[in-house]
Amino acid sequence: MSEGLPRENQQASTAERSGGMALTQLGKRKIEKLERLAELSAINAGERGESLWREAFKRVRHNPAAIVGAVILAIFVLVAVIGPFFVPYSPKDTRWIDQVSVARNIIPGPSADHWLGLDHNGRDVFSRMVVGAQKTLLVGIVATAIGLFFGCLLGGLSGAAYGLGGKAGRRLDNVLMRFVDMLLAMPALLLAVSIVAILRPSLVTVMIAVGVVAVPTFARLLRGSMIAQSNAEYVVASTSLGVSRPRIAFGHMLPNSLAPVIVQATLTLATAIIEAAGLSFLGLGTPDPSEPEWGTMLNDALQTFEYAPRLALFPAVGIIITALGFTLLGEALREALDPKLRK
Amino acid sequence: MTAMAPVEPTAETTSALVEVKDLKVHFPITKGILFDRVIGHVKAVDGVSFSIRQGQTYGLVGESGCGKSTLGRALLHLTPPTAGSVHFAGVDLTSLTREQLRAQRKRMQMIFQDPMSSLDPRQNVESILSEGLKAHGIGADRDERRELISKTLDEVGLPRWALSRYPHEFSGGQRQRIGIARALVLSPDLIVADEPVSALDVSIQAQVINLLDELQTSLNLTYLVIAHDLAVVRHISDVVGVMYLGALVEEAQSDDLYRKPLHPYTKALMSAVPVPDPVVEETRQRILLTGDLPSPANPPSGCRFRTRCPWAQERCAQERPELRLIDGHKVACHFAEDLADVH
Amino acid sequence: MTLLDVQDLSVMFTQRGREDVRAVDGVSFDVSAGEVVGLVGESGCGKSVTSLALMGLLPEKGVKVSGRADFDGTNLLGVDQRTMRDLRGRELGMIFQDPLSSLNPVVAIGKQVTEVLARHRGLSGDAAAKEAEHLLDRVGIPDPRRRLKEYPHQLSGGMRQRALIAMAVACRPRLLIADEPTTALDVTIQAQILELLKELVHQDGTALIMITHDLGVVAGLCDRINVLYAGRVVESAARRPLFAEPTHPYTRGLLGSIPRLDSVRGEPLNPIPGSVRDLLPWVEGCAFAPRCERVIEACVEAPPALIGGSHQYRCVNPVLGRSAGPEHLLEQE
Repeated sequence: MSEGLPRENQQASTAERSGGMALTQLGKRKIEKLERLAELSAINAGERGESLWREAFKRVRHNPAAIVGAVILAIFVLVAVIGPFFVPYSPKDTRWIDQVSVARNIIPGPSADHWLGLDHNGRDVFSRMVVGAQKTLLVGIVATAIGLFFGCLLGGLSGAAYGLGGKAGRRLDNVLMRFVDMLLAMPALLLAVSIVAILRPSLVTVMIAVGVVAVPTFARLLRGSMIAQSNAEYVVASTSLGVSRPRIAFGHMLPNSLAPVIVQATLTLATAIIEAAGLSFLGLGTPDPSEPEWGTMLNDALQTFEYAPRLALFPAVGIIITALGFTLLGEALREALDPKLRK
Repeated sequence: MTAMAPVEPTAETTSALVEVKDLKVHFPITKGILFDRVIGHVKAVDGVSFSIRQGQTYGLVGESGCGKSTLGRALLHLTPPTAGSVHFAGVDLTSLTREQLRAQRKRMQMIFQDPMSSLDPRQNVESILSEGLKAHGIGADRDERRELISKTLDEVGLPRWALSRYPHEFSGGQRQRIGIARALVLSPDLIVADEPVSALDVSIQAQVINLLDELQTSLNLTYLVIAHDLAVVRHISDVVGVMYLGALVEEAQSDDLYRKPLHPYTKALMSAVPVPDPVVEETRQRILLTGDLPSPANPPSGCRFRTRCPWAQERCAQERPELRLIDGHKVACHFAEDLADVH
Repeated sequence: MTLLDVQDLSVMFTQRGREDVRAVDGVSFDVSAGEVVGLVGESGCGKSVTSLALMGLLPEKGVKVSGRADFDGTNLLGVDQRTMRDLRGRELGMIFQDPLSSLNPVVAIGKQVTEVLARHRGLSGDAAAKEAEHLLDRVGIPDPRRRLKEYPHQLSGGMRQRALIAMAVACRPRLLIADEPTTALDVTIQAQILELLKELVHQDGTALIMITHDLGVVAGLCDRINVLYAGRVVESAARRPLFAEPTHPYTRGLLGSIPRLDSVRGEPLNPIPGSVRDLLPWVEGCAFAPRCERVIEACVEAPPALIGGSHQYRCVNPVLGRSAGPEHLLEQE
């Protein structure tokens, strides 16, 4: 429906009511307006057209789940990025160790000096949580980026080869996909543990492990999406225009295939954070136990879980809320980008 | 090839822009998990020959599954033909390398049925229309290209402000105009239009048909119009070819074909098309065909139409009829002369 | 005798944050037993919404239906879901455009037909199987016994549509609503299906509401035709007068814009300018005015009323007299 039309008519009818103009003249003006509108019958809102991305963004803005997710993530990112500069104490500072006695089950709880209390080594938990957030964000983003990059490389190549490359392309796709299938066939945690075992345990290793685990998902997703696009009529249209195959693959098929990948990336951020925490929890993360990281903190808290369960609670809640934020945003994006849900 | 009427100076004369000879497109039917085994072929197009003169409109009609769309795409080498040849302006397209073919595409363009799916939803109109120009190095810079594009927009009756808009912001008829503009901007000689109006509302169909007509006159275009709607095809075509199950069964001048269809299938098709006139509808005799289209993977022996033909004889099952020239029509029926006066 | 009397049917779609859309705007018509009434129009004219409203198939959320539809003394728009479910299938049958998506893909055709028979006619076992076979045979499906065991994807488009018709007429409904039943089919198959529908109407005295965009289909089948534009009936007449003297400029425009198989070639068509998007809201005047060649001031001053006796039209500047028909046509052979 034309958006411009009702507004124009409204103006005309208000003028009709207020002014004492001759009705016939108004009628004529109305007809002229209608004729002009008939010529320009596309939606005539604003100067530039609206791209699909901008429309999707508009829809996301109206989704309460997306707003909640975005707010959670905004707080999380803010804390992770600038928090470490404002923490009251160093996260590695054990100067309050004398207040703690593990043998006698004494670990001081929250107080005015230490908002979240101390841990079993006499360190400030609040500072550790804030600095840990930074590490968690870093792990999540780098791991997802690794998965996204290699997954898209494999999947994009495969999809383009399968869709446009003819027989040779199908063969290439076959080889690449069998490799991806091998990755996919291995249980994610086992794969990650093996990678960590081969390299030495560190935060970087965790990032690589979690990233590699995500590669087959992205590869499969993008490949499927690209192949679907390669059957789309606009690809035939571009071919018939004489556009070269690489340009069709990367100028048309890829951008149109990205929506599900972006949604998946957002969701992967959530699982990456959980998986990274899991690996750290298993002691496969950073070898330095004083390094604040939510997974490591969770592991540490186990020793004192019986009398200070809050030490496990803080990092656990942190992980859950962050993962929830990414998931909410991811789902909202999925909804907004789904072409079937567009009116 | 003996008892024939004198050859009329029609399609066979020298100035044929397109010459299709014994074109075949067979799609393999494969089975198997690891290694694909070919267990049969779908003979979508099975030996079709025809030619289109410069400035002429050749209409191809047939029901769904008759192979008319595949023929159109094979003619442009968008689907690789299995056998046969296509000469375009004297050049054998089958002999060209991929790059030569790509360069040749500038001169032969396509218009699609569904303007929405044949336009990349992420491109605005300017980008859609400049794609072909860029691919063929037409226009030195953006301004020069914009000049060409604006001229083409005028020709198809779209306003200039359409440039920055996206396909989803237009109505169906306008989208089809964008599709036509995309083909026109390269100033091609041949345009293959595959069901150019069947996705449009009745009142819009006429606009597009008239536009195609006008453009042909002003730009001296040659059309191959593929459609299932006999009335539309008859209206815009000079010569009409009727396809059934992968082969031409009749070809004649548009008016001749209507006045005196010779092939039983053409007769049935004609009689089945509803006419918006109760007087005609009440008096006309229908030839109701029984049964459905046989599978193109396993076509009947001899004449392909014999399973549904009310006048089928024994000979029809044994001998596949060739196209013969009768009364200026080319007909593939053993008994065309005997059936000439049957309605 | 009037079987269904639709009075002032309106359907409004409401959505939060958007303007309400009036898809059907005060449509009235009636159907008698053995009569075929056509609802004709382009996409968005409200013809399909009308049929869904009559069948009670519109979603309850976000839809406001008003008006009356008296079916043999029952107001179809006022009954509860349970009564409606009983009526559907037994008294009212519906045929949709896309037979594949209207059939359950994982249930054999036979089972789908016998289910209808079991629910509405209490038939079961052999009796139901026999009746199902008879029904498939009646709608022209060859070798019905074998077909009963097949699944929808194994049938061709025409056969699927026949199966759907068999299900719709399984309980000899008194009213059949067909929504673009032949649009997805080829012309030769379309001819078969139309012939079948004609036969059903003649033999059983079923009333048929035919919804289509194709004036050719209407010309061969319908007794009375309602042309819809933007949710309102703009012209309503018996078949012959409608085609002989199309009075509303929209009807005339539609007829002028379709190429005919029997017209003289080489003359350009007379399209209606603009597109269905170019609407004037009915409250302001005639919705068709922005596209109409005969527009005058009166058209945009007030909404035109439906006037006339047996040939009604909603226009203040109608085209009276015969259409530019037959003299343009080739001689019939």
